[in-house]
Amino acid sequence: MRREVPLMICAIVGFTLIIVYFVPHPPFSDMRDLFSDWFSVIAAFAIYLGILNLLKNSVDKVYRKRSGWGFSIVTIAGFVLFVFIGLYEGSDFGEIGTRYYWLYDRIYFPLMATMFAILAFFIGSASYRAFRARNVEATVLLLAAFFVMLGRVPIGYYLTSWLPEGWRMSDVASAIMTYPQMAGQRAVMIGIALGIVSTSLRIILGIERTFLGGE
Amino acid sequence: MKFTTLSGSLLKLFLFGLVLFFIFSFNPRAFCQDTTIVTDSIPPGPPSNVVAKDTPYDRGRSITINWVKSADDGGGANDVKGYEIMRATQVDGDYELIGNTTAGAQYFIDNDVRDKVSYFYKIRGTDGTNTSVSLPSLAAMSKPQWVNLRRTNIFIFVVALTFAILYYINRAKAGKELFIRKIAGLEAVDDAVGRATEMGRKIFYIPGISDMDNMQTIAGLTILGRVAKVAAEYEARLEVPVSRSMVMVSAREVMKEAYSNAGRPDSFNEDLVYYLTDDQFGYAAAVDGLFVREKPAAIFLMGQFYAESLILAETGNSVGAIQIAGTAAPAQIPFFIAACDFTLIGEELFAASAYLSKDPKLLGSLKGQDVGKVIFLAAIILGVILFTFNLMDIGPWFAVG
Amino acid sequence: MGFFERLIKIDRRIIFTFIAVAIALPLFFNVSMYVETTPEVVGIFNAVDSLSPGSKVLMSFDYDPGSMPELQPMAESFLRHCFSRGLKVILMGLWPQGPLQANWALDIILNEPDIKAMNLKYGVDYVNLGYTAGNEVVIQRMGSDIHAAFPVDYYGTSLDEIPLMRGVRNFDNIDFVYNLSAGYPGTMEWVQFAADRFHAVLGAGNTAVQAPLMYPYLGRKQLVGILGGMKGAAEYEVLANRPARAVRYMFSQGISHAVVVFFVIIGNLAYFFTRKKKES
Repeated sequence: MRREVPLMICAIVGFTLIIVYFVPHPPFSDMRDLFSDWFSVIAAFAIYLGILNLLKNSVDKVYRKRSGWGFSIVTIAGFVLFVFIGLYEGSDFGEIGTRYYWLYDRIYFPLMATMFAILAFFIGSASYRAFRARNVEATVLLLAAFFVMLGRVPIGYYLTSWLPEGWRMSDVASAIMTYPQMAGQRAVMIGIALGIVSTSLRIILGIERTFLGGE
Repeated sequence: MKFTTLSGSLLKLFLFGLVLFFIFSFNPRAFCQDTTIVTDSIPPGPPSNVVAKDTPYDRGRSITINWVKSADDGGGANDVKGYEIMRATQVDGDYELIGNTTAGAQYFIDNDVRDKVSYFYKIRGTDGTNTSVSLPSLAAMSKPQWVNLRRTNIFIFVVALTFAILYYINRAKAGKELFIRKIAGLEAVDDAVGRATEMGRKIFYIPGISDMDNMQTIAGLTILGRVAKVAAEYEARLEVPVSRSMVMVSAREVMKEAYSNAGRPDSFNEDLVYYLTDDQFGYAAAVDGLFVREKPAAIFLMGQFYAESLILAETGNSVGAIQIAGTAAPAQIPFFIAACDFTLIGEELFAASAYLSKDPKLLGSLKGQDVGKVIFLAAIILGVILFTFNLMDIGPWFAVG
Repeated sequence: MGFFERLIKIDRRIIFTFIAVAIALPLFFNVSMYVETTPEVVGIFNAVDSLSPGSKVLMSFDYDPGSMPELQPMAESFLRHCFSRGLKVILMGLWPQGPLQANWALDIILNEPDIKAMNLKYGVDYVNLGYTAGNEVVIQRMGSDIHAAFPVDYYGTSLDEIPLMRGVRNFDNIDFVYNLSAGYPGTMEWVQFAADRFHAVLGAGNTAVQAPLMYPYLGRKQLVGILGGMKGAAEYEVLANRPARAVRYMFSQGISHAVVVFFVIIGNLAYFFTRKKKES
């Protein structure tokens, strides 16, 4: 029963949601929202499991002084700080001017922006390593990257503005984005959509059970 | 200067008139200001042909109203500012204002009606000052429909694809050999786990940053089951830091079962799967820290990723780990290709479970999926030929209603 | 190890240093570069420019502070354009931080002298509906009844009491929808529901990484145009005749792109020379 009940729930909900897509008549029309709301409620309660797990692991690491236990102190301190300040501020905790907002603006926001900014450096090192003309396909990729990277910034215009319109770097970049890039994206998206349909069908029919912990 | 009596009078009259003329020509409203303001008193032409009908293929409680716009909207006096929609339950009853649109509009959807109740509509055109009203529409009644016929094309395709998948599953179950092309990333799973065992270092499995309602996360967890089984057999330490609580719960079940199937239930420890944070970049920072401190030998990145994909992959590369990534997020695929050793592109992520298990039923479903691709390929080629020679546009056949 | 072998295995921190200098140094120079406009951006600009004063524009802020550098300049220049054309702007967000981003953009634009002189009023000329959970379900609900999706605005006022929102029930009462997106939910969901199902006229602003994904929707006219990354924001500023942050930052972006290309070239040179040496 441990496996059969979840499979049954999967099958019933899966078939129902397929029917809902084609049948607008009530009560089917309300079911999508209903299941969506159920998922949101369950996910909201499930967050406590994650929080408890995080705190348990962090406290355990500090207690046993395992490697990286200093970072766990920062985790616990940050968690306590944000939770207690948030509770102290009440329902308007996120409003501009509150202490919580100050923490958000002075700690969380800069940290998030920093992590996002790291991408600029990693793009450089990844490009240096990846864009090598090892074979024909890699060379084509390299040339496309070259035209798009320079064509999408003013430097491309300054380098090729003397060329007739339609032949400048920005025009080549635009053509690459509009034709082969779009075609490739469409092909990948069609493949992904078919993959999702096939996987969904396998799950609904109970053929695929690994995600439930079964063979 | 002296004038004769008649000519002097005429001259005075003329001069007087000249003075008046200058006064009026410089300030023609001199006698009019603060008395009368010239206003537009002509209403715009009324809208016409008001037709109200039940909105088709919906859950009911909706009526669509169409009309022909006023002659002074975009033409004539061109002074129409907008339209007001009025509704009543009797044709000669009290009409209440229920909405408005800007000039040029010729339809409105009233979603505030009850089913099986007759409604009548009038449209009132306005130029900001004056209004003109149309004749009322005929009675309209909303009701829910059982079938959304606009989605017939999708229904046909889903049925065809389902039959194809079931057909090939049956063929596979009957013992028919099905050819599946090699996927380099999946062939490398055993090598990656073996490398970790030899080096005595960990394996990290990152199942993406989405929740269980995302198919990529489910695909990632099914692959985790296969990888966990190999890791259990090789006695390699596999850790799964996750970004969602429900994924943590599911991943634990998957790993526990995988370790049992590998004959090593005692090697499984719940703490191998742990929650970090829901926040995208907080998760990326935490995982990066784990990579840099623990220096894993192998990293699997399987699931839905966003901007943090390159941060994770590049950090993994910097610590010398072998990386196998798979995602169906088209924007992130190039980053994984640039930074990882092997990448599963798009649908390969969904095929991985079938590929690794070699289960005939799962492999059969892959073949059925290919039938869908053949249908799309044929439609694209046919559509391009028909459109190029100006014969037909089959694009609307594939429109989603 | 020869020079080219060392170049192939160059420490990534050297690359990071070059990129850091390439991005930071140009910011200290007030250099404006020529920004070419593309049809994708012109499409949005013309669509907004052709709206008559009083038309209603819906702006959805579907991003968080992490994507601010790329998307906030787009939001500001778009808002400036709308207000200067006398359009009414309804702001909202499908991401929790979205309405906050909207208020930050409003703060900047409403304090610009020419916009300030227009004496725009909250609730009459613009309104912030805030955030509602539900992702694409919210867009679906808006297609039926915006008041059901957003019963109150960001400040808790009932929509029925807000003059701008009276008579605005769904997408039929909105003349243009503009979505700023950094991920999910975002432009794809707006295309699927607002444009496809409810026939809203839709334009989008995306991060540079996401923008290529939206090109198929441009082809099928589900999107009238798209602003991609900082370049898209700069193009819009140029079209609106108000070069601002994005145009200024293009110098920095241009130099950093050139540095990356430079490293790619020397990496390939090193690769070829090393390969030649191995073969000989």
